[in-house]
Amino acid sequence: MSGIEGRFQVEWPGFTLDVDLSLPGHGVTALFGHSGSGKTTLLRCVAGLERAAQGRLVVDGAVWQDTGRWLPPYQRPIGYVFQEASLFEHLSVLGNLRYGMKRVGTASSASLEQAIELLGIGHLLDRKPARLSGGERQRVGMARALAVRPRLLLMDEPLAALDLKLKHEILPYLERLHDELEIPVLYVSHSPDEVARLADHLVVLEDGRVVAQGPLKDTLARLDLPFHLGEDAGAILDATVGQIDAHWHLARVDFAGGSLWARDHGLAVGRRVRVRVLARDVSLAEEPGTSSIQNVLRGRVDAVADDDHPGLALVRLHVGGSVLLARLTKRAAASLGIAVGVETWVQVKSVALLE
Amino acid sequence: MLTPADLQALWLTVRLAAIVTVLLLVIGTPIAWWLARTRTWWKGPIGAVVALPLVLPPSVLGFYLLLAMGPNGPVGQLTKELGIGPLPFTFWGLVIASVFYSLPFMVQPLQTAFEGVGDRPLEVAATLRASPLDAFFTVAVPLAAPGFLTASILTFAHTVGEFGVVLMIGGNLPGVTRVASVQIYDHVEALEYNQAHRLAAVMLVFSFLVLLALYGWRRNARKGV
Repeated sequence: MSGIEGRFQVEWPGFTLDVDLSLPGHGVTALFGHSGSGKTTLLRCVAGLERAAQGRLVVDGAVWQDTGRWLPPYQRPIGYVFQEASLFEHLSVLGNLRYGMKRVGTASSASLEQAIELLGIGHLLDRKPARLSGGERQRVGMARALAVRPRLLLMDEPLAALDLKLKHEILPYLERLHDELEIPVLYVSHSPDEVARLADHLVVLEDGRVVAQGPLKDTLARLDLPFHLGEDAGAILDATVGQIDAHWHLARVDFAGGSLWARDHGLAVGRRVRVRVLARDVSLAEEPGTSSIQNVLRGRVDAVADDDHPGLALVRLHVGGSVLLARLTKRAAASLGIAVGVETWVQVKSVALLE
Repeated sequence: MLTPADLQALWLTVRLAAIVTVLLLVIGTPIAWWLARTRTWWKGPIGAVVALPLVLPPSVLGFYLLLAMGPNGPVGQLTKELGIGPLPFTFWGLVIASVFYSLPFMVQPLQTAFEGVGDRPLEVAATLRASPLDAFFTVAVPLAAPGFLTASILTFAHTVGEFGVVLMIGGNLPGVTRVASVQIYDHVEALEYNQAHRLAAVMLVFSFLVLLALYGWRRNARKGV
């Protein structure tokens, strides 16, 4: 049986973790929550770095923890990427990469070369960690975790300690990992942007409890969640680049239910992309009048819910086979007669292409 | 120049200090490791016991060790049973006494070094399939290497400099327990000031060179990072 089944109860002074998870055995699962929500503790329980007093963990059919059974971390087939790369300062980059590899019977030099190639660190192998930049250190940390050929990759906010520029240096490598790795990945993050880019599956934690879990698109489209993404609330669409308008530097992306125009980033026609549409960038209209907003779709109201602010509402819309979220004031919703089942024009002001 | 008796005393001192340093590396490392990593309430009492020789007069320590190793003491009974005979006034009795006397000079720098390594590198090693023992030797020890050097130098130098414990346990037997510090004492007692001067000068220069090496190296190590 593939997949990860986990149940953990941890009680510390002032903190309780009590979760019950069922995660897919493939793709990237984001463990999302604010600091103190227990997402890192949960990841450490899966790795065996933290021992939950009460717990059960089954990965791919293998029992890692249960009553009377405890697999220590060094016997678990995992790769772990820490928030600060935590390289061994007394070893060279190559020494760091080989440390775990030497201890895994099944790892071959092919897995090492693959990890070096995937993270683009071939030119750094002889350096000592002290002579690496922050981004380089984190890439070496990821390659080191991959070189042991893990069956499960655990990543604890690998971008959180980096500045914006370095984040953008690392993100393409993470996206490559997402595309090329066949093993499941648990990715801890408090950044909605990273989650939207990288995750396939989402687990939302709050105060040590799971408040939502499920496929990314479905979970983000839920209006009843007690967590608040605030300005980051929005929907994710899977789309394909359909056309490039070279004159206006725009790209048309087609999704189930329509198409949208976005800024052209040089993506080839036919390329699959992830599109993020923030709720604050979506407005509703009775008539598709002349406006600066070029993306106008026809949708049907599926649900209406309160937003953070008492003056605001979140509206979920069905556009063909896809779901969009819109944020508007309650007064606007009332004057437009927005209610479940109503057909309306949906204007999308801005679209972000996540490669 | 130095007399053959002086040279014998110096050689005995070096031999004693070297053996004690090696023994304490073996004994002190696990104690330091445990003190650095434990969270039990035992940490306080054990740490205090380890530090006792820092403040106890050597004669007090020597007195208790003499009682323990004497024919009626528990250690003395044991060595009699084993057919080794009594330990006081032997070289190995001196070694055992020196191990106790120099214990904090090995344990405390090592404990500080291990605490400086922290939990994270060991957690990383665990996620890379290293068992705790494996991680200790391949991660904790290399990262604490400067601490091992400091601890070994301090232990060696401190053993060379002991006097009170030697007098209590070892007495003053040429070639067996008469170390350099005792030899100097003998010279002074016999009013052989010239001999005392030469040997004292050797000790002074040695001690200075050891400390110079230690502090000079520390300075460079800091610059290197």
